[in-house]
Amino acid sequence: MENECSVPTACIDERQFSIVTTGKNKSRIHCADDSLAGAVSQRACVYSGARVVLNPVTDAVHLVHGPIGCAAYTWDIRGSLSSGPEMFRQSFSTDLKERDVVFGGEKKLVACIDEVVGKYHPPAIFVYATCVVGLIGDDIVAVCKEASGRHGIDVIPVESSGFLSGNKIVGYRAAGEALLKLIRPKDGETVEKTRKLNFLGEYNLGGEKWLVERYLREMGIEINVAFTGDSTVAALKRAPGACLNLVQCSGSMHWVAMNLEKEYGTPYIDVNFFGAANTAESLRRIARFYGDEEIVRRTEALIEREMERVRPVVEKYRARLAGKRAAIYVGGAFKALAIIRQLQELGMEVVFTGTQTGKQEDYEQIGAIVSEGTVVIDDANPAEIEKFLLEKDVDMMAGGVKERFLAHKLGIGFVDHNHDRKDGLAGFDGAIRFAREVYATTCSPVWERVKKNPFEEAEG
Amino acid sequence: MLDCTPDKPLTEGAHTTGKINPIKTCQPVGAMYAALGIHGCLPHSHGSQGCCSYHRMALSRHFHEPAMASTSSFTEGASVFGGAANLKTSIKNVFAIYDPEIIAVHTTCLSETIGDDIPTIIKQSEIPEGRYVIHANTPSYHGSHVTGFSNMCKGIVSYLAESDGGEKKERANIFPGFVNPGDMREIRRIVTEMGVPSIMYPDTTGVMDSPMRKTYEMYPRGGATIAEIKESGNSKLTLSLGAWSSDEAAATLQAKCGVPGVPLRIPIGVRATDDLIMAVKEGFGVDVPESLEVERGQVIDTLIDTHFQYEGKTVAVFGDPDILVPLTEFLITMGMIPKYVVTGTPGNKFEKTVNGMLEEAGIEGSRVKAEGDLFDLHQWIKEEPVDLLIGNTHGKYIARAEDIPLVRVGFPVFDRAVHPLMPIVGYRGCLRLIEMISNALLERRDRDSLDEDYELIL
Repeated sequence: MENECSVPTACIDERQFSIVTTGKNKSRIHCADDSLAGAVSQRACVYSGARVVLNPVTDAVHLVHGPIGCAAYTWDIRGSLSSGPEMFRQSFSTDLKERDVVFGGEKKLVACIDEVVGKYHPPAIFVYATCVVGLIGDDIVAVCKEASGRHGIDVIPVESSGFLSGNKIVGYRAAGEALLKLIRPKDGETVEKTRKLNFLGEYNLGGEKWLVERYLREMGIEINVAFTGDSTVAALKRAPGACLNLVQCSGSMHWVAMNLEKEYGTPYIDVNFFGAANTAESLRRIARFYGDEEIVRRTEALIEREMERVRPVVEKYRARLAGKRAAIYVGGAFKALAIIRQLQELGMEVVFTGTQTGKQEDYEQIGAIVSEGTVVIDDANPAEIEKFLLEKDVDMMAGGVKERFLAHKLGIGFVDHNHDRKDGLAGFDGAIRFAREVYATTCSPVWERVKKNPFEEAEG
Repeated sequence: MLDCTPDKPLTEGAHTTGKINPIKTCQPVGAMYAALGIHGCLPHSHGSQGCCSYHRMALSRHFHEPAMASTSSFTEGASVFGGAANLKTSIKNVFAIYDPEIIAVHTTCLSETIGDDIPTIIKQSEIPEGRYVIHANTPSYHGSHVTGFSNMCKGIVSYLAESDGGEKKERANIFPGFVNPGDMREIRRIVTEMGVPSIMYPDTTGVMDSPMRKTYEMYPRGGATIAEIKESGNSKLTLSLGAWSSDEAAATLQAKCGVPGVPLRIPIGVRATDDLIMAVKEGFGVDVPESLEVERGQVIDTLIDTHFQYEGKTVAVFGDPDILVPLTEFLITMGMIPKYVVTGTPGNKFEKTVNGMLEEAGIEGSRVKAEGDLFDLHQWIKEEPVDLLIGNTHGKYIARAEDIPLVRVGFPVFDRAVHPLMPIVGYRGCLRLIEMISNALLERRDRDSLDEDYELIL
């Protein structure tokens, strides 16, 4: 074991195996452990994982069963866009009070469901369990079942009590189960098979689903439904009719894809639309699946045209970014891998990376594509992130909101690759935008003002 | 499109249960914010990881600053066997790794429901010499984020403030309430301007508005020091700003150290700022300096110069009670009509106070609600529209759906920058509010006017 953990005072013994430096020794990283008590972990909880996966279902009511906080903090922070209904942007909470915690919250949940149905007539309601609900033992499954029967709509329980695990993956599973429940055809119903595909693990952040949809249309392929970006309940129910499932965010959707294959015989392939090279590769893979020459021809034409558009842009920024040093800390390994590749295309060196929920095999993949000496961390805390940003002399970081201001304080550029991104970063268009964003932040004039401080110079 | 109420106004009134688009969130985030106002403090969330993550995210998005806090990282085991072991391990780890001067523990609905006895667990924990661990009970199923702020303030007082029994010093304690660091800075400036030394806590100046220093400081230079907080027991009086966020802490300090508390409103608007200055004047027998008189005079002068721009305009305002009460008062002073005033924080006191002010001003037909939500507010606006909306970022959907300008005040503001640094308190804050409100209305007028009505001078 050649783990080079060198967090001096900031290293907790138990954490040393969660930090590895890539090199000749293939040491295995420790991951998927629970976070330490007392950690300033960047991780979240089960509920949070379930909420981000399901939230983009646009016309469903998302009713959070618990005290107010869980609904308030997750209210419309997902960044997913809708082409139609905006119901998912509302925040519904049973707003449990002390009384409810003592006497049980089921009655209140029933009342809330009834009121919501009366006011909005939604096609489906997702009912999320939170910590307290799991603890006091409200039977949300029974309540949902009863309400479904009474109102004749899908009322789907999501078993997402936060304390079940500090790992969002468990929440992804809870959301996956809820989705499978929703799309299972009722007795006597059948879903016609089509030539369309489902796009799993695509949440339409900054309209990314629409971007990819445009490419596929040009190839002659239609998206049946995305899980769950810009989806509606009716569209999701047509999911079994697809001939292929694309899996993008593997962390959240791989399990669902396996189940869809089991239940409906739909094959799946992994795709990745972050970066021009990944996008081209993914489109080719899809075209190959369809095995139609016309589709293949259109695909190649599209790729050629788009690459022509992307290449000069990437080259332009590459000239300015070559040799700059980058760090990446994101939720899932899928995204980390994609961003590493893109930054490398821009001539940058990834010197430090990590994820909240990566698995052993993910880290092996990461280790294989970064250069020697890169620090890889699982479930990093801010002290560790700070340490390696400084030690590795990083110029630019990609991450989420909790990392942004840490980077800024250290005088390091930042690109949000999470919920707070406002413009799609997927596909060829996204590759252009990403290159621009990386350049804009890495080479911003503001750093000059940081470096050149007349007061400091006067003090010598 | 972005509509949270059904198409037509409801005939049977507002909704009856739960919350749709809340105007509050839960206690712990307020407790975390208060704890960040102590220098060298690491707030600690005793519950599941997600809570801590959410609170840090909310604070980061509003203040544009890192917000550090640790968590007990509950798992299923802790929920069954209690969280004592988690908290003890946390305290040990936090001191070993993050080395804060003080840990401020707050609970969550989970640890409250389990019934963890925090003071006992703290007593059984290993705390290094000269370091502190304090706590506040902040169950999420009671009150709101404002309650959590208040509870942590109370916790700070009961754990740390001391009195040496001697003569009280000519010094004011300031409990600023749940406001931005920019507001705290301004409140302190006013008291200092009057020549009165002060101790302010929580004090998030320099913590949640810290400058760029090229290094990252886990414990920025700002915040009230433990020594200052201890010493606050020897001050002459406490200026307790905001009944919901500060009065309990002031009462605790009074009981514990005999420092009388002067209950005041957060100094938003002319009257509330006047009250603060008069309280300092009377409490310490100092004169009001010319500089503050000038500031006040400038506000009045500006109000006179611009009153026709907003006179008689109706406004809907939502947010936290301690902000809404003085803000509503200022809107009345500006000649506006606060048509709807809604807070999410429970308690009847709010409705009584605001209705009293409206009555005094002879304003009829307004609706005031504690424990309301944005569904209620949107519904009312549909029934009878207003000219202006004032509240946090979540108001932007109503503003768009109903095509009304929005002035952003309160917590959280996620879609604009600079606001945490700029005060809305004091006379300078009055000017800023006037500017924001009249600009919003004038921009609107410019936008809506036909070519032939488009004017250079407004």
